[in-house]
Amino acid sequence: MALTLDDVGRIAQLARIEVTEAEARLVLSQLQAIFGLIEELQSVDTQGIEPMSHAQDLILRLRADVVTEPDQHDRFQSVAPQVEAGLYLVPKVIE
Amino acid sequence: MLNASLSELSSALARRAVSSVELTKLFLERAQRLNATLNAFITLDPEATLAQARAADALLARGEGQALTGIPVALKDIFCAQGWLTTCGSKILSNFVSPYDAHVVERLQAAGAVNLGKTNMDEFAMGSSSETSFYGPVRNPWEQTRVPGGSSGGSACAVAARMAPVALGTDTGGSIRQPAALCGISGLKPTYGVVSRFGMIAFASSLDQCGPMAKSAADLAPMLNAIAGFDARDSTSLERPREDYARCLDQPVAGMRIGLPKEFFASGLAADVARALEAALAEFRALGCSIVEVSLPQTRLAVPTYYVLAPAEASSNLARFDGVRYGYRAPDYADLREMYMKTRAQGFGAEVKRRILIGTYVLSHGYYDAYYLQAQRLRRLVAQDFANAFGRCDVLMGPTSPTTAFKIGAKTADPVQMYLTDIYTIPAPLAGIPALSIPCGFGEDGLPVGLQIMGNYFDEARMLNVAHQYQKATDWHLRAPPIE
Repeated sequence: MALTLDDVGRIAQLARIEVTEAEARLVLSQLQAIFGLIEELQSVDTQGIEPMSHAQDLILRLRADVVTEPDQHDRFQSVAPQVEAGLYLVPKVIE
Repeated sequence: MLNASLSELSSALARRAVSSVELTKLFLERAQRLNATLNAFITLDPEATLAQARAADALLARGEGQALTGIPVALKDIFCAQGWLTTCGSKILSNFVSPYDAHVVERLQAAGAVNLGKTNMDEFAMGSSSETSFYGPVRNPWEQTRVPGGSSGGSACAVAARMAPVALGTDTGGSIRQPAALCGISGLKPTYGVVSRFGMIAFASSLDQCGPMAKSAADLAPMLNAIAGFDARDSTSLERPREDYARCLDQPVAGMRIGLPKEFFASGLAADVARALEAALAEFRALGCSIVEVSLPQTRLAVPTYYVLAPAEASSNLARFDGVRYGYRAPDYADLREMYMKTRAQGFGAEVKRRILIGTYVLSHGYYDAYYLQAQRLRRLVAQDFANAFGRCDVLMGPTSPTTAFKIGAKTADPVQMYLTDIYTIPAPLAGIPALSIPCGFGEDGLPVGLQIMGNYFDEARMLNVAHQYQKATDWHLRAPPIE
């Protein structure tokens, strides 16, 4: 699989990381080397093998739908860059 | 005192031969003095630490001390600790003072242990050398031009250099075991699900595990006892009956079957590491163990499998760092999208960005099946390999790292070079089995060599037993780097 500069640009957009063209060129060659490593996976026939996402094949625990946590938003919002009246402030999204 | 075992320190504290304040000051002063050169700690807060030591002394004075009461513990900066700067080695969290404690921090506190400080690490645990930290590289205390290993390099360095008697680290692809090997100490990655990940900043959620790092297996056991156990706040935490991981430390190991995966002793293993391993295996034979060759055929695919799965999970886990709720926010942006793009571009280092990009790619439309699902199928094959091997032996042994510690900067130009150093440590977390590393000698450059012991699921007590019996017959674990 040949990675192109366009691919780098597209993935960077998806990952919401700004990448300048100079950075994209550098990271392209590094990513190509890493994908060279990853390509070896394609050499194995895994027909019939179940994908494994978890060592213990756990089923997600459920619990009763009741309130168990106290309201601590002051404490947890004390670390935010910009907060007002319990809301996180960000640039306007909708015109 | 600096070289004392946990049980020696614990007993000295219990009979009030030393106070926690005195003991903690001893380690704190050493840490402060050595940190300028070794850079093992990101945060030291003597005031906060000594307040905990005084509280521990109050418990001890009332005769209410337990195994870890009053013992200073260094914490990898990946564990949220309330009121402490918690950076994960990253600029993007360089201003984050955690409002809560990780589960393991709560457990250590309940046990009366003292938070000695937050140790340096590869950024977001992504690395094998502790060179990618926003706070600069950690140095190997045995040879300061060399890496301590990673990503828990700060914790390994702190224990090896006697700045802390014990530490906590995390292991996703080898990040406890490999630095333990390169720094000549003991470190354990438990079975996946045994230690809660609540409050442990996530890198790859299906692989990450918290584990203890110390000077010996005998010291690892009480640490594991303190931190293991069910936590409802971690959806992958396992509900199991409580166990005492020290319960069979003293059992003789004659008759134990040790499996040697032949793929771990092939080309790529440095000759001096192989020699140290051979000498270690002779010791196990002398203890009455039998040795059998086994095969883990998927070993060669473990590294590419990991470098699909771990970056994929990381790309998802690190999406939360966007400048909205915590951490760094870019100073200038025109709109929300630009705020995200610039915050993350400025806040993350190069290795983290590379892995997020790889992860985003392998999860993206058109590539998910060929890469991510394929890697998950290979993961099952790796787990099956171990299941087959454990049909023929009780524990597996092999090298932890293909070489001793390399020079700072030697592998940073080519990411793939760095990734390949993880070859022996990656299989265990893929399968979710426990694995530990203990010192077993030195390489031709005088640098430590680690022996890796892998066990079946939940077999930590037996692994610690065989490690402890080896450490009773040898003294590699008592060696310390020549630092005043």
